[in-house]
Amino acid sequence: MTGWEVFLQQLIIGLSNGMIIALIALGYTMVYGIIELINFAHGDLFMLGCFAALTVVSLTGDLPVWLVLLLLLVLTPVFCGGLNWLVDRLAYRHLRDATKLAPLVSAIGVSFVFLNLGLFWGGLPLKVFGFGKAAAAPKDFPTLVSNANLLGNSNVEFTTKDLLVLVITVPLMVGLTLFVKQTRAGKAMRAVAQDRLAAQLMGIDANRVIGQTFLLGGGLAGVASVVAALYNNTIYFQMGYRAGMDAFTAAVLGGIGSLPGAVLGGLCIGLARALSDQYIATRWTNVMVFAILILVLVFRPSGLLGAKHREKV
Amino acid sequence: MLALENIHAGYGPIDVLKGITLRVNEGEIVTVLGANGAGKSTTLMTIAGVNPCRQGMITFAGEPIANLPVHEIVRLGISQVPEGRRIFPRLTIRENLELGAFQRNDDIAGDLERALDLFPILRERTGQLGGTLSGGEQQMLAIARALMARPKLLLLDEPSLGLAPLMVVKIFEIIRAINQQGTTILLVEQNANMALHIAQRGYVLETGRIVLEDSAANLINNEQVRKSYLGG
Repeated sequence: MTGWEVFLQQLIIGLSNGMIIALIALGYTMVYGIIELINFAHGDLFMLGCFAALTVVSLTGDLPVWLVLLLLLVLTPVFCGGLNWLVDRLAYRHLRDATKLAPLVSAIGVSFVFLNLGLFWGGLPLKVFGFGKAAAAPKDFPTLVSNANLLGNSNVEFTTKDLLVLVITVPLMVGLTLFVKQTRAGKAMRAVAQDRLAAQLMGIDANRVIGQTFLLGGGLAGVASVVAALYNNTIYFQMGYRAGMDAFTAAVLGGIGSLPGAVLGGLCIGLARALSDQYIATRWTNVMVFAILILVLVFRPSGLLGAKHREKV
Repeated sequence: MLALENIHAGYGPIDVLKGITLRVNEGEIVTVLGANGAGKSTTLMTIAGVNPCRQGMITFAGEPIANLPVHEIVRLGISQVPEGRRIFPRLTIRENLELGAFQRNDDIAGDLERALDLFPILRERTGQLGGTLSGGEQQMLAIARALMARPKLLLLDEPSLGLAPLMVVKIFEIIRAINQQGTTILLVEQNANMALHIAQRGYVLETGRIVLEDSAANLINNEQVRKSYLGG
């Protein structure tokens, strides 16, 4: 493998992982955009989505692969979206008019609840979780999509999995953009994000719109769960922490509150991770991600695409 | 059409409104005058359902509406142009107007045309972001947006605030025109002179209580009003 091939290979790996990070980052950024809450439970929601996905696979093991994939891509987002909606309804909604710290601390609490739920889930006596195996041990996610190289005999590998990531994430992001830009519900979301009181005075039920945002953001995390589990073939109950940190950094890097920013940030973080793994050292990669976060916060707090709100009064 | 009966409302432990009683008849322009902090905006926000009404009765078209959710009250036909205009700065003018009609799904296109006829200056800029408009234009957009809901009653909170004198005259002409087209108006203003010239009746609010109510013509000539609100 020549130097260029290595570089190209890392680009492919980085972009695929970046798309997954971007899906999670979208959930962070949407919720922040609408209620200015950093939803610290979002990474762990992604982790629970992976466990839900593995459970779905274990229950549908005998069905054809395409049908299992379809079920995964429907049931997991529904589970994650519903759970996210429920947490907003039960916890954050009661804190709408409280200081911003109150929902933030609640989100950290929810994160712990999710984490332990994941640990409990991993210990369930299901075949896929390996009976006898410790609940905290990483679980194998079955290889539903092959590792076959689509570039023939080339040294650089662009596998069926990479293609799967693209085929799922790109249309989803385009669809999300159209939804937010064009639909009535999307416009209501942007209105509530910009001025909740004014939106209410237009007859918009703000709590309902905020609930829809949690539903949608959670659903995206659910898709990310499926894609990540299929791509990496291993899941464990603490995986939400790193995924959440990567996605949060991506959202801040792109400009929190900005949807294209979250995607751009996700791709940047994915690439930075892959290149750092290859050219620096794996053990420094997390340091790189946090260094990016710190540099962004110091030199460009509004992020790459974040709006500096300058409005005429 | 709208009746407030002994309304108490406020923030935290303190009642800002200490028993407000007022009514607005169909087709009228009624103005509420008062100094800063008298409770004018609180009155409108309580009618709109944003502030909880702690005591008293609010009825609209005969139905009690106190403490209904804000969006329900809009659906019943009360729209508010809030203080400071509060247009959506990062939505286009067209989107701002469409959101005004959020509760409806009939003939929005027709109403959009009517709103743009009323405010021709907005017509040239429907694709522009709301935040790029000047203060006066934003006020026009805020009024046009509220009209998109086809309200029976329009609540206006300080529409002249921060506007150049010529723009103030223009806005008040538009308010009168809207009223003549059949929309009842409850107008809160610090510019008592302008408000009393377009209103039929007025109330004077002081520290959460109504201290005076009369026809606009009588209020203009009232010694106390002249001294406190019309600059002698």
